[in-house]
Amino acid sequence: MKLTFALPAALLVMAAPAMAAAGPTDPQIAHIAYTAGSIDIAAGKQALARSHNKAVRGFAEEMVRDHKAVNDKALALVKKLHVTPEDNATSQALTKGAAAERAKLAKLSGAAFDREYVNNEVAYHKTVNGALENTLIPSAKNGELKSLLETGLTLFREHLAHAEMIAKGLT
Amino acid sequence: MRTLYSLCAAAALLLPVPSAAAAPHTYTVVIDKMKFGPVPAQLHPGDSILWVNRDFLRHSATAADHSFDVDLPAGAKVKMVVKAKGRINFVCRYHPGMRGVLNVQ
Repeated sequence: MKLTFALPAALLVMAAPAMAAAGPTDPQIAHIAYTAGSIDIAAGKQALARSHNKAVRGFAEEMVRDHKAVNDKALALVKKLHVTPEDNATSQALTKGAAAERAKLAKLSGAAFDREYVNNEVAYHKTVNGALENTLIPSAKNGELKSLLETGLTLFREHLAHAEMIAKGLT
Repeated sequence: MRTLYSLCAAAALLLPVPSAAAAPHTYTVVIDKMKFGPVPAQLHPGDSILWVNRDFLRHSATAADHSFDVDLPAGAKVKMVVKAKGRINFVCRYHPGMRGVLNVQ
């Protein structure tokens, strides 16, 4: 798990300073936030298709529900602002890492799957929350986008706490 | 005698009107940006709380003592009657970091 996740985490950290010179633009920020949410929705759906653990399934349902709500809100916002989300190195790093993790999870089942899924959710939320807090929110220019990201960060901190609680129960 | 009447009349004015004191109130508690807003300081059995979810996320107002559990889809407004006295801790069952306390006197 750590190896597969280490790649996007490292790329995210590398991409952030590169953007920090000028800072990521709002279209890039919107793309990163939407991509991060889509990845977690897909992971949640994968967990719902494979896990039989009640706590894990409840968490996966929460991820699908909450991240879909945030992404729907983000889509409505970019439409309202006439902003076209712009692909970038951070989004690509996230997508690449997610594909590797998805492939890894596809080979697992039962308790091994549950542990890998939840542990990755812990690592993933730590990475994304760090990026939100240190790079994306400070760089956002539009007030509504910034506000949405701030609400998202509060929400994702809840997700992280929930994932950590479940992870303890799985060890 | 006239003075006594005047005193009685003045005293009567100072007494609370029972029906007005017992009239239940409705208070609004707003949920916004993953937080419960301020709750009423004076809350009595029979009063109502109108929970207003301004977030785009699904929330709930769920009592730790199981005395109420209000589901609040995005944008929902749900009214509930406060039944018993007590200090009631509540959370959002979907996001347990969101919490508050109702003090029913």
